[in-house]
Amino acid sequence: MPSTLAARRPSNPAVAGLWAKQKASAKKRSQLGGPPSIPYLFVGPAILFTAVFVIGPLLQTLWLSFFEWDGVSLGKWVGIANYVAALRNPQLLQAFTHSLIFVITFCALPVFLGMVLAAMLSRQKLRGLAAFRTILFLPQVISMVVVGVAWRWMYADNGTVNQLLQLVGIRTTTAWLGDFTWALPFIAIIGTWVMSGLCMVLFLAGIGKIDGELYDAAKVDGAGPIREFLSVTFPGLRQELSVAVTITIIAALRSFDLVYVTTGGGPGTSTIVPGTEIYRLAFRAGEVGAASTIAVLLTLIIFAVVFAITRLLREEQS
Amino acid sequence: MSAIVIIPLLSILSVALQPSGSFIAGLTWPTNPQWSNFSNAWTTGSFATLMGSSAIVALGVVPIAVGISVLAGYAFGIMKFRGSNIIFYALLIGLVMPYEATIAPLYYNLRGVGLTDNYLGVILPEIALFISFGTFWMRAFFLSTPRALVEAAKLDGATPLGILSRVLLPLATPAITTLAALFFIWSWNEFLLALVILQSPELQTAPAGLGLFVGQRSTDIQGLAAGALIITIPVIVVYIVLQRKIISGMLQGAVKG
Repeated sequence: MPSTLAARRPSNPAVAGLWAKQKASAKKRSQLGGPPSIPYLFVGPAILFTAVFVIGPLLQTLWLSFFEWDGVSLGKWVGIANYVAALRNPQLLQAFTHSLIFVITFCALPVFLGMVLAAMLSRQKLRGLAAFRTILFLPQVISMVVVGVAWRWMYADNGTVNQLLQLVGIRTTTAWLGDFTWALPFIAIIGTWVMSGLCMVLFLAGIGKIDGELYDAAKVDGAGPIREFLSVTFPGLRQELSVAVTITIIAALRSFDLVYVTTGGGPGTSTIVPGTEIYRLAFRAGEVGAASTIAVLLTLIIFAVVFAITRLLREEQS
Repeated sequence: MSAIVIIPLLSILSVALQPSGSFIAGLTWPTNPQWSNFSNAWTTGSFATLMGSSAIVALGVVPIAVGISVLAGYAFGIMKFRGSNIIFYALLIGLVMPYEATIAPLYYNLRGVGLTDNYLGVILPEIALFISFGTFWMRAFFLSTPRALVEAAKLDGATPLGILSRVLLPLATPAITTLAALFFIWSWNEFLLALVILQSPELQTAPAGLGLFVGQRSTDIQGLAAGALIITIPVIVVYIVLQRKIISGMLQGAVKG
């Protein structure tokens, strides 16, 4: 967490002197006075809330995934039958395939765009960069429900997208979100709109932390912009890259709000994702066990992705 | 680039200003902008009620979640105790876990104790979800505070709570402001919990209400657009006032332990 340490560096010079020693001994903090039970009182409320509302329900989901339960009558233990059924269910496969497409538009495209933009912007001092940053980051703070509502009208038969297409000579009155072929890619691309700014701001901050001497050295060696990017900028952004990939992949796999508001999974099943299937099965179809099975699979996939990225980063650093 | 980000938002505004009954969804500036659509959405649409619910939930969540995060972050950052690593990682599960995965048991548990259709049914789980990040964030802050300050206070005989409240909290104000702003935004935008737990219309929060209206294929397109913009205003205001903190908070928070 070098960024946090740097950001919190005290400005008082007397304190700053102690700072360097501080960082080294941060791990060796001795105990404060008082009985040894004191720390547990401080973390107690956090443990209580996490146990009751996070870990408990997560274990219950795992437990429920072995039952056939409609949410009303008594559940019936079915062992791994829900998992067998899930793996054989083409609709579920479809939902996870849609997630993969979301990974491309929420993660791969924004990371690429963000990297290119950040590399271009960092090479020159631009006026108004702060305002630009504020606007590009805006989709991160707006509710996905509002984002979804906005894009519903963008994609309407007489919406902005069709108006823009008309400007380039394509006349169409397709209502994109009602179209079996186009609804999915058009929702997916909203993810690129939401995530690109985040990636760019993250990479810009990362480039700012790269030692300027490395760029000077690259210039002395006669490196052009592309060579400079490959040998200085890109390796310096390892940490930021892993962060960007982790956040955007998790967002792609979760993506419930956006799909619920834009299409609700339709037309047909053409835009369903695991999140909408969990909601539909648990709260509309009365198949809580089947919903829990999908929930467990989704959680395992997300944990695996986060674990893999953390692992990759550690290996590269050592 | 900025234009691409702004266009969908301008589209909502353009729809919101069309005379009611029209079906223009595109980016067409109306000849006679109907600003009254906003006041109508506020009064006759139920957006005032929705905003009130969202405000109650946020006011319940933010102070408690900040308080719990500060206490836990202080323990993990300053004190040494058995099992601290395991407990810390257990708390971090909330950062990674898709909470769609827990929504069904949460609903049945809360219904069992009579907390569905009750603000507490949304407030308590939100606190639990947010303190995962909050503990992580405050721990990083306390790890970065000068150890000498804590040692000096200890020599003066200050209790652990006294060190926190008199020595460290005054230093922590910027970190806590950032945390509170992020919690406010997340709470305000929270959708799935509100959708599932709060079913009576008079309790619905703003995003859930908007989501329901859209789902019902309402014909009052202008009212919906105006409502969508109205419910975004509080978040935009917080974002504009604290944008540096919010951006850096979101970026740093993402750098998981």
